[in-house]
Amino acid sequence: MGTSVFYFVATLSVIFSLMVIFSKNPVHSVLYLIVTFFTLTVHYILLNAQFLAVVNFIVYMGAIMVLFLFVLMLLNLNKDNEPLKSGLVKIVGVIAGCCLVVTIIGSLKATAISDPVLLKNPNLGLVKNLGKELFGPYMLPFELSSILLLTAMVGAVLLTKKEKA
Amino acid sequence: MDIAFVIEKFVLVAIIFGISLVIAMYSTYAERKVAAFLQDRLGPDRAGPFGILQPLADGVKMFMKEEIIPTNASKWLFMVGPGLAMLTACIGTAVIPWGTPITIGDRVIPLQVTDINVGVLYIFGVVSLGVYGVMIGGWASNNKYSLLSAIRAASQNISYEIAMGLSIIALLLVTNSMSVGEIVANQHGWRWNVLYQPVGFLLFMICAFAETNRAPFDLPECETELIGGYHTEYSSMKLGFYLFAEYINMFVSAAVMASLYFGGYNYPGMDWVLAHTGQVIGPLIGTAVFFLKIFAFIFFFMWVRWTIPRFRYDQLMHLGWKVLIPLAIANIIVTSIVIAVIEKF
Repeated sequence: MGTSVFYFVATLSVIFSLMVIFSKNPVHSVLYLIVTFFTLTVHYILLNAQFLAVVNFIVYMGAIMVLFLFVLMLLNLNKDNEPLKSGLVKIVGVIAGCCLVVTIIGSLKATAISDPVLLKNPNLGLVKNLGKELFGPYMLPFELSSILLLTAMVGAVLLTKKEKA
Repeated sequence: MDIAFVIEKFVLVAIIFGISLVIAMYSTYAERKVAAFLQDRLGPDRAGPFGILQPLADGVKMFMKEEIIPTNASKWLFMVGPGLAMLTACIGTAVIPWGTPITIGDRVIPLQVTDINVGVLYIFGVVSLGVYGVMIGGWASNNKYSLLSAIRAASQNISYEIAMGLSIIALLLVTNSMSVGEIVANQHGWRWNVLYQPVGFLLFMICAFAETNRAPFDLPECETELIGGYHTEYSSMKLGFYLFAEYINMFVSAAVMASLYFGGYNYPGMDWVLAHTGQVIGPLIGTAVFFLKIFAFIFFFMWVRWTIPRFRYDQLMHLGWKVLIPLAIANIIVTSIVIAVIEKF
């Protein structure tokens, strides 16, 4: 049953991620992206990683996507006021796209069908176990990454402040 | 998974769903009666004795009104908006424990739909999703005022979510658990969390007011500036759903506050009552106590609405970012120092 649920949800993820790219209206794109993140949350639950699932739910669906939607709604992008793209931009786009395709094909050829990873402890994703791992052996990298985030945030705030003459 | 388990959960979900709808329905009546009481008026008194049938009359009115979808609105999203608002309002109750388990024969029936071990975070996630109904509806209306209101709602919700999350962290330090069932069970008798986390409770309650768009934080529906707010273009039952979702949200946040900070179904002397009334009536008395607490909170929500005027937008942002967040962080630090000292000695 687990595998069939996985294939069902995985198909939905792929369909909705394609919709993100193919929909003309940027606000619709973001809404499809939200649904895609929801299917990813379901994947985490299928892997018994409850904490990651709920954090993905709160951070990506509840905060980051709200900000995306917020900005797009303020910009009010639509066909009428979309700037015309010059031919050069289109050529650059095609070249970049081709490079991406070559890279993806190359990396796909290099991979074999991976063995399913067997976790030593299937309950690793529960809050208590995850917390013990993060604040035990991986304390330093965890704290360093939080400092990295803080630095980015301070930088962003600094950029928005106008310098006083 | 036996069939009895499925039936039991299904019945529980249906009962909770029904109760939330009825409470939301009668909250609209209570709101008008409380407003009338505070303003020395009578309030609705025509439909039935004391106007008790007023919510039914309002419901019929909402259904019978003409349904209008603006020509340039995004039709599909215009319909999704109110539906999403109702959905996110209703799913929050899934992790709330409504009472101690009932024992019938040799079968123990827990009065909680599911006790996931990240229950607190689940509630938090559902709250953070709540803004989508407002945002999508406001944007799809293709109306400047609706859009402004939707954007206000989004920035308000994001700002107050942070303070809310931080106030919950201090609570988790005290309770040592993220499962709502365990948190409530640990507050047995008189050991309510509000006694250990008074500041945290105050912060959580202010944020709950902001997250449910209740006065004095109802800026997304600020009539003097925005006509009607995000639901300006809505009519008929779609408008009704938005208004209704607000009352369900109020019920859910009252239930969350009562269970996280005020002991949920626990009350002093419950052991004696449980021992003397048996395994069915006893837990139901606890549930009744829980609902009393919820009603007290709902009354408080209404009391505040008819007492305090609405904030200005800059005051709202100032309060959220410069007062509540530093206070919440200070609360976390003080709580963890106290816990560390207690553990040491």
